[in-house]
Amino acid sequence: MAAPVKVYGPPISTAVSRVLACLLEKEVDFQLRNVNMSRGEHKKPDFLKIQPFGQVPAFEDESISLFESRAISRYVCEKYANQGNKGLYGTTPLEKASIDQWLEAEGQSFNPPSSSLVFQLAFAPRMKLKQDEQLIRQSKDKLAKVLDIYDSRLGQTQFLAGEDFTLADLSHLPNTQYLMNATDGKELFTSRSNVARWWAEISSRDSWKKVVDMRKPPSS
Amino acid sequence: MVVKVYGPVAAACPQRVLACLMEIGTEYEIIPVDLQTGEHKKPEFLARQPFGQVPVIYDGDFKLFESRAIIRYLAAKHGGHIGSNLLGRTIEEKALVDQWLEVEAHNFNDLVYTLVFQLVVLPRMGKRGDLALAHSSEQKLEKVLDIYEERLSKSDYLAGNSFTMADLSHLPGIRYLVEDAGMGHLIRGRKHVSAWWDTISSRPAWKKVMHLLN
Repeated sequence: MAAPVKVYGPPISTAVSRVLACLLEKEVDFQLRNVNMSRGEHKKPDFLKIQPFGQVPAFEDESISLFESRAISRYVCEKYANQGNKGLYGTTPLEKASIDQWLEAEGQSFNPPSSSLVFQLAFAPRMKLKQDEQLIRQSKDKLAKVLDIYDSRLGQTQFLAGEDFTLADLSHLPNTQYLMNATDGKELFTSRSNVARWWAEISSRDSWKKVVDMRKPPSS
Repeated sequence: MVVKVYGPVAAACPQRVLACLMEIGTEYEIIPVDLQTGEHKKPEFLARQPFGQVPVIYDGDFKLFESRAIIRYLAAKHGGHIGSNLLGRTIEEKALVDQWLEVEAHNFNDLVYTLVFQLVVLPRMGKRGDLALAHSSEQKLEKVLDIYEERLSKSDYLAGNSFTMADLSHLPGIRYLVEDAGMGHLIRGRKHVSAWWDTISSRPAWKKVMHLLN
């Protein structure tokens, strides 16, 4: 039995939870090593050794040390291809290409406006920072346009890359989870019927429920 | 099999795909898309690429968009031995290629895009660029390139000691920085980044892409 893989970073981080969701889907044992970002631990020399950009997550197993959540997720799918959700990154070249297409769409079109909104609506209040109203408006407009495209796509297929849940859908879980629980962000998703249907399906997966649990502060 | 590439040769993302096609030696046909007249936002194009962006490719009946997804697909499907080297031969090599492809996509690309948009694209449209925004992007890019400099002092290329998709993915953006945006100092001021840029930009495949620009 291989030693558990290591993931470095706090579970409240969207990128960290992307990797955790993937590991849970693939039934890969892992150890989560917290990184205290409010104390700047991610910018200290010890952490910069494993992630030179000072970002979370970082990942290690017996063969490799890696960063970038979407690269880590692809690696986990390839390395542990025969366990857990075997179709997560596709089983044919065409399936894989379709998943990569929507993973890139997530990274390039969905992520920027949704990340801005997650920070402004979910994190800034906690950190007692003033919200940037103009940025919130612009990000909502951009995200609305992206979600219109998603709504159309999800009217043709059950999930983004086709008829099965894949890494492409998974990659959207972290940001959407925060936005669904923030006051204004929810409406962008619930007002689009196919997007709403898709969100209900992907967020009810056991793997994602476990990740959400990991983000809750321990009850005293 | 002729791969159809929709998009202008002058744009960065089609260039990423063309560089890959040249490296693997696959036949292609370019169908230009006129961004100036907004062709990419019209219904006929949106039916091909719903985000209204270039490029989109057709490999027979199979359609694909997002340049970084396209290059992975083409190398795997048509690239043979060369494609396999570009993507990484082992699972671990592939992971490092993916890691640096993601770095390009998330830590490098946005900063380059902002710089080029503010310093080159807006002025070409007769508008004023936001110089403060360009400057802050430049400063952030300096820090990113410091990390590249450190990495490239330890290996010849980003993912290891051979040229891969991770390096290829940077070609269009760095060309824009150096040749159009007046940001050559970001590259030339770093010994290993500079040597790496010279090496990757003098590859025959990239030269063929540049030839298409003329």
